[in-house]
Amino acid sequence: MAIRTEPFYLNIGPQHPSTHGVFRLRVTLDGEVVVGLEPIIGYLHRGIEKLAETRTYTQNIPFTDRLDYLSSMTNNLAYCMAVEKVGAIKVPERAEYLRIIFSEIMRISSHMMAVGFFLNDLGAMMTPVLYMWREREKIMDMFEMVCGQRLLYNYMRIGGVSQDLPEAFMPAVKKFLAEMPRYIDEYDQLLAQNEILLARSKGVGILPRDTAIAIGASGPVLRASGVKWDIRKMDPYSLYDRFDFEVPIGDSGDCYDRYWVRMLEIRQSVRILEQAVAQIPEKGPIRADVPQFFRPPRGEAYGYIEAPKGNIGFYIVSDGSIAPYRVHIYPPTLINITALQDMVIGWKVADLIIIFGSIDVVLGEIDR
Amino acid sequence: MTLLDQFQLLLKAENWPDWAVYLTPAVAGILLIIVFILTIVIVFIWWERRLLGRFQLRTGPNRCGPEGIFQPIATAIKILLKEDIVPEKADKLIHFMAPVIVFVPILLIFAVIPISEGAILVDLNVGIIYVIAISSISVIGIFMAAWASNNKYSLIAGMRAIAQMVSYEIPVVLSLVGVALVAGSFSMIKIVEAQAIPYVLLQPLGFMIFFLGCLAEMNRCPFDLLEADSEIVAGYHIEYSGMKFAMFYLGEYGIALAYAGVIATLFLGGWQGPLLPPIIWFLIKVFGIFSVIVWMRATLPRLRVDQLMSFAWKFLLPMAVINMLIIAIEVLVGTMQWLMIILNFGLAALLILLWSRLFTLGGGRVEV
Repeated sequence: MAIRTEPFYLNIGPQHPSTHGVFRLRVTLDGEVVVGLEPIIGYLHRGIEKLAETRTYTQNIPFTDRLDYLSSMTNNLAYCMAVEKVGAIKVPERAEYLRIIFSEIMRISSHMMAVGFFLNDLGAMMTPVLYMWREREKIMDMFEMVCGQRLLYNYMRIGGVSQDLPEAFMPAVKKFLAEMPRYIDEYDQLLAQNEILLARSKGVGILPRDTAIAIGASGPVLRASGVKWDIRKMDPYSLYDRFDFEVPIGDSGDCYDRYWVRMLEIRQSVRILEQAVAQIPEKGPIRADVPQFFRPPRGEAYGYIEAPKGNIGFYIVSDGSIAPYRVHIYPPTLINITALQDMVIGWKVADLIIIFGSIDVVLGEIDR
Repeated sequence: MTLLDQFQLLLKAENWPDWAVYLTPAVAGILLIIVFILTIVIVFIWWERRLLGRFQLRTGPNRCGPEGIFQPIATAIKILLKEDIVPEKADKLIHFMAPVIVFVPILLIFAVIPISEGAILVDLNVGIIYVIAISSISVIGIFMAAWASNNKYSLIAGMRAIAQMVSYEIPVVLSLVGVALVAGSFSMIKIVEAQAIPYVLLQPLGFMIFFLGCLAEMNRCPFDLLEADSEIVAGYHIEYSGMKFAMFYLGEYGIALAYAGVIATLFLGGWQGPLLPPIIWFLIKVFGIFSVIVWMRATLPRLRVDQLMSFAWKFLLPMAVINMLIIAIEVLVGTMQWLMIILNFGLAALLILLWSRLFTLGGGRVEV
């Protein structure tokens, strides 16, 4: 007969080193084993969707920065694409290339943060994070060159981007791309085949393929479960059909696969960037002619892209005025953490932390 | 003949009263040891922070004094000036006593560590057993702290502490039997004198088991589950601040110094070494061991609690028993030392290979 102990509640978060923001988990524990879990969100709610209804289309772009603040560029892009769909605006070619370059750099940066903090949750004491910050620092410098900001860029505009590249940018990005593969090898060398990492993350927190599809998961979480789904390939937006890249997938959907898929995606992003940097037209307009108080015709549109964390979508309803009638945000990480309960129950507290970390959430996006 | 004995004889020759002859050297020795420990601990803290900085591509503290050597003192002043917070629902008396009970046994260990030739407080003929016995007391203090804090995180840490420290005690003790067998004594001084060849060469497996066991005993990475900051925040000292926290903090480095000293004494030849004075050799060995510990902390992820237990019982314990048997047979037969080196290295490689193939760290999802 097994000895039963009394379950007790443990409140993890909203302030806890590994909740990646202000996420709160009300966990029922039996010893160390998680027997119940109730995620509680909303500590970072700012009402962005409602605020967006009272501002012009252009004024809403900074709000999108504050959703997933680790990948502001892609949020900007998704929102601008939704508005462009409503207003039927054609984006100039050079602007499209700039958008792709910055989206992919953003993806590298976001994945590096995700992987670094995942390893940190495993207990690797900041070292992987600081290694990855070395490269992220260069990415930040590049962003600063082009838009003057290091975290919340507000760079994309409706119909293009806000400003053209400074002279120093292209040499910087080329140098970065030349160095990057060596650094990725270095990250892999640091921990990828470490016995403790494998023991901790292989087979832990499995998200089965069917469940992943059923909950509508997207991004690396979905691909780690073995589903070859990437909007850049399946429904190419912008100019993604011009690039040659692969969609890496995992096979079992455990924490290790989610980590590994991200590492592979960083390599693919470098590949896309190399092509984009080679193909980008030398000169050309960077923005379509869009008035400051842009009044799109009545109608609605859904702009969605493959953001680093998954499929981010903006649903915009226009009533013909200068402000949108309704903006709805489809946040990928909120959808992805809906599977958390299934993945965590039966595992230990330590596993709960890494499973949560492997999903890679940003609370700014979940709470909006 | 230790230095203290000589001091005693000197006083006796000077015709001091009997009580003073015994008391003066004892008090002087204790004070000297405490000053020595605290000095080394302060250097340890500085060394760990600087070294960790190097591992993590940053500088580490470098503002206070040359190379930041006074940073630990600044930290100490800061900690002393902090408010001493006791949770309202805490068990006040036990909460107060716990840091003392953690810290005092650590000081007691140093009584039998020969820092230099003859520089030992008491040369017990059961030195090793004394170290093992005294160091086990700290776990009571840790559990007291965890229980008295009335915090669920610290309670989890307390449960982990009991399981971890009690389990790892056994392989540690068994791996020391080999040392005692070869040296033919439990006395630390005799063991050092018996090491013409350091025992790390004679019994590599015993050294590895002892080293890993010590890491678990002193809660260092990858066995730092008691204070796993990404899981249970700070573990047993989550509710401690001010001087009480400083006691834990000093205790953490004190035990690292103590175990590094024990390892240096038992396996690396203690104070022995060519050219340099004995005390310098001892310090070099201690700092070498400590640097390895810091290195592991900077790189390795943490084990999960069930993996930690199975590592103790399924890996270390059987290997320690086999190691003990082999050494016993070798001593009984009277094997030449050079043959012993070859045999034991081969054996260590074979056993580690065998165990890594046959057993897994295991642990997985629990049905709830």
